[in-house]
Amino acid sequence: MERRTIFPGWTLPALLLLPQLVISFIFFYWPAAQAIWSSLTREDPFGLSAQFVGLENFADLFADPLYVATIWRTLFFCAAVAALSLGIALLLASFADREIRARGFYRTMLIWPYAIASAMAAVLWILLLHPQIGMLGRALVRAGLNWDYQLNGAQALLMVIIASAWKQISYNFIFLLAGLQSIPKTVIEAARMDGAKGFHRFRTIILPLLMPTVYFLVVVNLVYAAFDAFGTIWALTQGGPGKSTETLVVKVYRDGVVNLDLGSSAAQSVVLMAGVILLTALQFRFLGKKTTS
Amino acid sequence: MASLVLEDLRKSFGATAVLHGIDLTLQSGEMLVIVGASGCGKSTLLRLVAGLEVPTAGRIILDGRDVAPLDPAARDIAMVFQNYALYPHMSVFDNMAYGLRIRGLSKAEIARRVGDTATLLGLETLLQRRPRQLSGGQRQRVAMGRAIVREPKLFLFDEPLSNLDAKLRVTMRAEIRRLQRRMAVTSLYVTHDQVEAMTLGDRLLVLHQGRAVQLATPMEVFERPADTYVAGFIGAPSMNFLPATLSHGGTAATLDLGLVRPFADGRRAGEDGRKLIIGIRPEHIVEAADGLEVQIDLVEPLGSETVLIGRLANGDMLSVKVAGRAQGMESMRVTFPPANLHVFDAQTGLRLDPG
Repeated sequence: MERRTIFPGWTLPALLLLPQLVISFIFFYWPAAQAIWSSLTREDPFGLSAQFVGLENFADLFADPLYVATIWRTLFFCAAVAALSLGIALLLASFADREIRARGFYRTMLIWPYAIASAMAAVLWILLLHPQIGMLGRALVRAGLNWDYQLNGAQALLMVIIASAWKQISYNFIFLLAGLQSIPKTVIEAARMDGAKGFHRFRTIILPLLMPTVYFLVVVNLVYAAFDAFGTIWALTQGGPGKSTETLVVKVYRDGVVNLDLGSSAAQSVVLMAGVILLTALQFRFLGKKTTS
Repeated sequence: MASLVLEDLRKSFGATAVLHGIDLTLQSGEMLVIVGASGCGKSTLLRLVAGLEVPTAGRIILDGRDVAPLDPAARDIAMVFQNYALYPHMSVFDNMAYGLRIRGLSKAEIARRVGDTATLLGLETLLQRRPRQLSGGQRQRVAMGRAIVREPKLFLFDEPLSNLDAKLRVTMRAEIRRLQRRMAVTSLYVTHDQVEAMTLGDRLLVLHQGRAVQLATPMEVFERPADTYVAGFIGAPSMNFLPATLSHGGTAATLDLGLVRPFADGRRAGEDGRKLIIGIRPEHIVEAADGLEVQIDLVEPLGSETVLIGRLANGDMLSVKVAGRAQGMESMRVTFPPANLHVFDAQTGLRLDPG
């Protein structure tokens, strides 16, 4: 059902829209336009002059095998974070959806990690996994494993994936729990009467009815892993050792803020922006279809 | 086809007892309607039989086997839900085939059985549709089909018609009765609608506050209600109740309003002066010059008959049903034919029979 409000003039609607438009302009369109402009220029190291170079920054980027490797690394990182956090959140949500004692307590506990700042979460994982001072890290070393995420790239990647996924579990949990609770109880009871048990019932009834929520969360998680996980990664490894945990956003920050190559950094930002726009467009198309079929 | 026996079935939610020991035996192929006001425990009773709730005590014996400890999946019972509970992401075909696939039937067998059931219910052209593309009546049929196609030992109906409009309800009611007779599957049917209760059931179980008040054929429940609750619940408009005392050596009742009514069927036990409640159905009240005066408040013409709602001298409400039209009446004098009186004990509310 569509509800339309007809305004008598254009002043009131314009005023109502104004705050949102101003915020969008200042915090999105203006910097975005600046980024696009910067991506077409090259600055001298002291930031005193800028020279228009066209698409040269982009050409340089895609010719650089390190950048292409970063793209693949980022895709792997995003997929791993989304899969891990969604999987665990789904498991926890299914358990919390049952009739259990102290349900409210569990739910609150599961939502708390979302309120922890990225840097704090990173420190927490360092205190757990550090090979000398971390409880788990020391146990791993004692078990004979050559565990040191500061030296081993694969271990470092694993660690940032776990830490980033952990922070996102709460968010996914809330949505999945709400999704589970919106499935009519009688539909599940009908499936029980039809003889469907445990996992079969979950796979054939609950999961299909939960899919719209899952699609939405996949996109949100990919965007989270691609952008928001920066704080966690930077605090944990700064993209190292070597470049083994350097995702696209980390590289944007390193090239622009640390190495002061503003032109290339801006070009990378524009590529990322295009990525997000693509993801969002996909989501709208997909979810739009899902709700009308 | 199977018989169903409930033995002292009880259910409490925490400290709240919902069912206080239900005993019941259903013959193979019988349709039993469970009727009662909301909150009487009728849906809980059905859900216990289905296995969706665990009984606090008691046994549920289906076809000679106690199924109370079993999961619903292992009971071979099908249920039609009030809101149909169709699987929204599956086609009509898949909705009906779901239970058969779980049972591991061959593709050909599933197609044959779903096809037969669809033909039986007139759903052939809708098999590829999703539930949301169906009307209420069609969804109802699919829900029936999903139950029928499994050929279960027992059918459970949980107010299946209450989401339909009045006209469709009458059609579907007849259809359910026809199907149940034809397939001769033992069935439990829960409703709060007394017309459904009267027309559908071989027998009727009236529940009141978690207790079985009467178990009998619909006509017996109507003609010889076990207590004032059943008497007031079955029949529309409701039976009128008038306070009275036993008199004339137990052969008559003297209404508190003065009218003396002899019993047509014999003497009631007890001392003269025993407090009674006399019940009389609105359609049995007749006009009489020497009867009680009724001030008419409201006239409800129903077409073929008219319901008059009025007040007696002491302010008690009385409804009277008369044939044909009755307009412009302000008062009338009525009496109660002895053959149509129902006699209840005022203290317990139980029916008092002669003897």
